[in-house]
Formats: sequence, C-alpha cells, structure tokens
Amino acid sequence: MKLTGAEILCESLTRLGVREIFGYPGGAILPVYDALGKSKLHHILVRHEQGATHMADGYARASGGIGVAMATSGPGATNMVTGIATAMMDSSPVVCITGQVSSKVLGSDAFQEIDITGITMPITKHNVVVTKAEDVARTLREAFLIANSGRPGPVLVDITKDAQQASAEFNWEASAPKLPPKRVRNNHDQAEFDRAVEMLNTAKRPIILAGHGIMVSGAMRAFEQFVRAGNYPVAMTLLGIGCFPANDPLNLGMMGMHGEAWVNNAIQEADLLIAVGMRFDDRVTGDLRTYAKSARKIHIEIDRAEINKNVKVDAALVGDAREVLERLTPHIETREHTGWIRHIAELKGDSAVRDIQSLPDSGHLYAAHVINDLWKETRGEAIIVTDVGQHQMWEAQYYHHNRPRTLITSGGLGTMGFALPAAIGAKFAKPESEVWVVVGDGGFQMTMSELATIVQEKINIKIAIINNGYLGMVRQWQEFFYDKRYVATPLVAPDFAALANAFGIRGERITKRAEVVPIIRSARESAETVLIDFRVEQEDSVYPMVAAGASLSDMIRRPNNPLVETATEP
Amino acid sequence: MQTLVAYVENKPGVLNRVSSLARRLAINIDSLTVGPTENEEVARMTIVAHTDERGAHRLEASLEKLVDVLLAENISTRALLERDLALIKVSADQQNRPHLMELIKVFRARVVDVAPESLIIEVSGTVDKIDGLLEVLRPFGVLEMARTGRISMTRGGDLLQPPTVSRESPEAVDAKSK
Repeated sequence: MKLTGAEILCESLTRLGVREIFGYPGGAILPVYDALGKSKLHHILVRHEQGATHMADGYARASGGIGVAMATSGPGATNMVTGIATAMMDSSPVVCITGQVSSKVLGSDAFQEIDITGITMPITKHNVVVTKAEDVARTLREAFLIANSGRPGPVLVDITKDAQQASAEFNWEASAPKLPPKRVRNNHDQAEFDRAVEMLNTAKRPIILAGHGIMVSGAMRAFEQFVRAGNYPVAMTLLGIGCFPANDPLNLGMMGMHGEAWVNNAIQEADLLIAVGMRFDDRVTGDLRTYAKSARKIHIEIDRAEINKNVKVDAALVGDAREVLERLTPHIETREHTGWIRHIAELKGDSAVRDIQSLPDSGHLYAAHVINDLWKETRGEAIIVTDVGQHQMWEAQYYHHNRPRTLITSGGLGTMGFALPAAIGAKFAKPESEVWVVVGDGGFQMTMSELATIVQEKINIKIAIINNGYLGMVRQWQEFFYDKRYVATPLVAPDFAALANAFGIRGERITKRAEVVPIIRSARESAETVLIDFRVEQEDSVYPMVAAGASLSDMIRRPNNPLVETATEP
Repeated sequence: MQTLVAYVENKPGVLNRVSSLARRLAINIDSLTVGPTENEEVARMTIVAHTDERGAHRLEASLEKLVDVLLAENISTRALLERDLALIKVSADQQNRPHLMELIKVFRARVVDVAPESLIIEVSGTVDKIDGLLEVLRPFGVLEMARTGRISMTRGGDLLQPPTVSRESPEAVDAKSK
C-alpha cells in the first residue's frame, strides 16, 4: 500500500496506540496536518508549543504511557525546548514531532529553518532527522521504543517536508525498529548483592529514600513488600510522592530542602540509606560533605551513570527497581527497628505545634489552609498538578497522596508555567479523574493562554491560584539571604477571576479562610472548569528550609512568634 | 588522564553526540580518534580525557546511554598498547642534515619527504617517545606538526569487541506501556 510520509506518520501513531496529539500547525508540518484531518487521531490545538510539550508530559506522567507533541519547524520547534528539557530532567517519555524544511534546502537558512536536532541534543534521550518517507514508520517505532524503555525520556523526530509529501510503500511488519546492537551488561553482581543483603540485615537505623523510579518501574507492590519485610521507614523525594501511601505509618513524608525536619534528621542519624529509583539531587542531599555521615548506602537504580555521581555508595544494584526489590525481599531477615521508629516519632516532636493548621483562626488566609482543605475535600484522591515555587512545596507538605501518579510536578528543571498545560494533558490521560491545578500567580501568568485550549476542548479541570502578589519562593530567598531586598519579585497580576470570565470560564476570588471549603465544594460540583483566585498571605514562607548548599542538619524552622499577616484586602 | 574505548554507529552526527556529551559533563578531551572497524557499520573511538576515575565512570556510563554508542569502556587500568603517530616538518640544511638523520635513526622514525630546506619525519609510538623526539628536534626548527592522538588496545586475550546482536531480531519489539 502506497502512502505519503504524512499518512504513514498518522497511521504509525495510531498503531502505536496514540489517541491524542498536542500541537500547533505551521508551514513545514502542513502535510501532516492534512493527513491528521483524515485520521482518527484527536489533535488538541494549543496556544503555544511549550504548552504542547507540557501537555504531552502531563499525559505521560498521569498515564505511564507516551505523550505526543507536534510543532512546525523554526520557532515552533524552538518553543518546545523548555518542555523537552522539563521531560528530560524528570525522565518523562514524550515524543516530539517537528516539521522541517525540505531536505533539498537543508542548511541554506531557509524560511523557518532551524537545526532543532542540534539544539535539542543535550536535552533529549535521542533525536533524529527523517528525510525519506520510507523511514518514517521505522523511525517512529524506534522513537517510541527509546522513549519508554530503561530510564524514560523525550525523543524528538524532525521530519522534512519532502519526506512528508513523498509516497512510499507502507508495510508495518517490515518497519520494525532496527536499533544499534547494544552491549547487554550483566548487572547482577553477586558479591555486590550479598553486600547489600548483609547491610540490610545488620542495620540498626535504616531508612528508605523512595524516588520516581519506583513509579516508572511499576514497582509499587514490590516496594511495599520490601518495606513490610524490613519494617523500614520511608522518606520520599518530591517526584517519589505517591509511590507509597501517605497514610501508612511507615511513610515519613518528603525529604530535602523543604522536607519535614524529622525526615531530614532521621536521614542524618540513619546507619543505612536504601535509595530506590532516586538520584541524590542537591535539593535532596544539601551539603554532600555532611550528608548522612554515619550511614552506609545502597543504591538501587536503573541508570549506571547515576551511581556514585553525587553520593558515593557502598553497594550499587543497577537494574529495574521492581526486579531488584523482588530479588532482595526474600533475603531480608531483620525487621526489628522499633526503637529507631519510635525515635523518629519523637523527632516529630514540636513540629506539629508550629504548624499553621494548629494556629487559631485569625480569619487570615494561608496557602497551607487552601491546600490542606483541598486535600480533605478531595480525600486525597485527586490528581494534583503543581507549578514551581512555594505553592509546590506546600502542596508536597499538606496534600497527602496515597496513590501513584497523582502528583504531577516539574522537579528537576523546576519549570514555571508547567502546571496548567500539564494538567490539560493529565486530564486527557485520565478523563474520569478529578484534576486540580495548584499554581502561583507568577507561573500561571507564564502559560495562562492555555485557558483558551481548555475552553476549545471543553474539558473540566479545577484551577487554584495561590496568589500572594510575589514571586514567592524568590521573595523568600530574598527575605532570608538578601536582607529583605525584594528586587523584581513584587508582581502585578490581572484580576484572575475576570480574566477567566473573559475566556468563558467561571472565576472566583477567595480572601478568607472560612470561604475555602465552600468554594472547593462548589467547584467540585461543577461539570465545567472553574478558576479560583486564592488571595493568601503575601509574605509567608515555606518551612522548614535547608539553605542551598547547607547541611541537611541545619534547617531554618518556622518561627514561634505570631505569623506576619500581610494580605491586602482587595 | 583516563582512556576510554567506544564502539559507535558509523554515521553522521555521532561524533557530535560523543563530544557534546563530554562538554556537558565538563570533561576536557585531550585526544579523540575515530576510525572504521572491520565492520563498516561500526567505528571505534579512543578517547583520552582529563578526568579522574569517577569522571571516567560517568563518561563511560553516559556514553553507553547514547543510542548510537554500542559499547563504551574505561580501559585506563588495564594492560594497554598505546600508539600515537606524528608527521613533523623540520628545517634542514646541508650542515645539520647528517645530525638530523642520526637522531631519526635513534628514534626509529622515518623521513617521508625531502625538500631543499626541510624534511618531513614520520614517527609512531607512545606519546612519550614522540614527545622525546620532538624535544630533540626543536633546536633545528620545527616548522609544522600533525599528530593523530592516541589509539589504544588492551593486550593479549583481553578482548574488546563490538556487540554483534542481529539488527533484525531481539530488540525489535515495540515499547509496551507500563
């Protein structure tokens, strides 16, 4: 059967199980759009190509499958760069398809020509230029294979316009991937494995550091069995949240820069760290010279390049988290850490007393109130998509996730503007799920044009803007480390409720604590998208905090004195 | 200094991926040589990098993550044969020519081009040997030099061969959604 390259592309995507494509048309990708119109694929028209990549990323993270984004050459492709880098840093399987000028004029600085494979080389797992229609099907199958195998990541396929227009014989069976033959490393080193088992069975103060890799591997059950077998307390990275139920007594919560104090203290006092599917990011470890000094370390990780990168470990078990955990669990003999677990409970100590939730209601509204109420009202069952900044950390602290893939957030790259488009992608992946965007007033203004996408696609998500009139996290750093010189952080925003109305979306503004629960209930009852502008305290900070580069033991705690109340009545 | 050997796909852009990776990891490459192997689809690289053992591990493991890299291995601590080749154009007149020929003989180098005012000397061997010859040639006036950079091979039965899995079958399975 003879098809054009563009038709082969659409047919291949369909056969690869794709239903939705997030994209934006343009000259160099027009043949594909013409073929798209004749296919069963659903194209979601975004308002900016960055949005398309975040949507594909949100789709991938919510579903565990592959998200697909599409754009034209030149500026369409370069607008994707931030989204691709976001997916790369968080190991998210996204396939980006870009149009390219005709192969005959490649390299001639043609209109809207840009070397997008050159640009994206360090931020993709792999990328490739296709110049022939007969290579389209095989290349796409390879792209999908690469994106979601091993440690997942984004793959970019750049297709010249003549490859889209030319005809070629379409034969799916004959277009099987032909990737280069790789060395298969024997990762099962028995001596290393035995050493890990010995450490597990002799540890007195063990603690697990649970990361995103557990979800990527689909290892939740194996992980739970491992935790139960050894009765191990579990600390989580930001992206690890959801891999183990928050309501389990062994789940301590998040570690790191804004981790709970008792979690960081437990890590510093532990005699064994069991790191699973995490990469010892600097936001997790703080100063490496003082990090978990008395602990031996086991690292379970699929990516060899992560071993000994930041933290030197005593046993490295390279492999898929589920396989490694399943092999380890039967060897666990010791599970008596009751003294240690009781000690961690004592470390919790006064933390609850300082908590905003425990303070008498002054009528003033804090972000923590909003997020904690949202957690209670949704019973922790919603998919929450956050942006980057203070609200992101408060979400991690005050919304307790019991199920995997229910917190979607940009961890590694910390991309502001991620939340709204990623939530749209998540909603397409899980149309039956309740999806909430939790976003700051700064990040929301970066990609708020995607409100139009929501309206055009008639989807139902809820948007909670945590509006403090500042680029809050940067303001917090200026407060702590730059003597309160708030340079370029006070932020004028539009009336978000009125803005929502202009898009045809219901918009509300909330200023008092007592109004939070009623508006959340009202929004949940609505079958349409609702945007809520929560006007919270302006100069509240996220506690505890480990300053960048400081020791994990050296935390800035919430002051005991009454809170600064800085909200301005609108 | 660390020495790595990599087998890579012999196609455009692969050298760029390899060198770009080293740049991203902030590892300075001292020399990088590429050449074909007996399999025309595969090229072999010898990479000499300014880094420590930990950096070399990171480079090795990161290289192997590249789709086009079939195998990468840090061979720094193994028994190695290392060769560098240089062409050195040195000025030579009637008076000093005999003295030059003497030195060339001692270093087991060869004269491959003779001109009235200069000679081109070809020398191969270890980096130290070539550096040594260079040192004694300098007083005569080195006009031009081209060096290949190091190629390395592990000695004896310590084989480092590219994987030869069929391109058609085992990995030819589509990604399954997890």
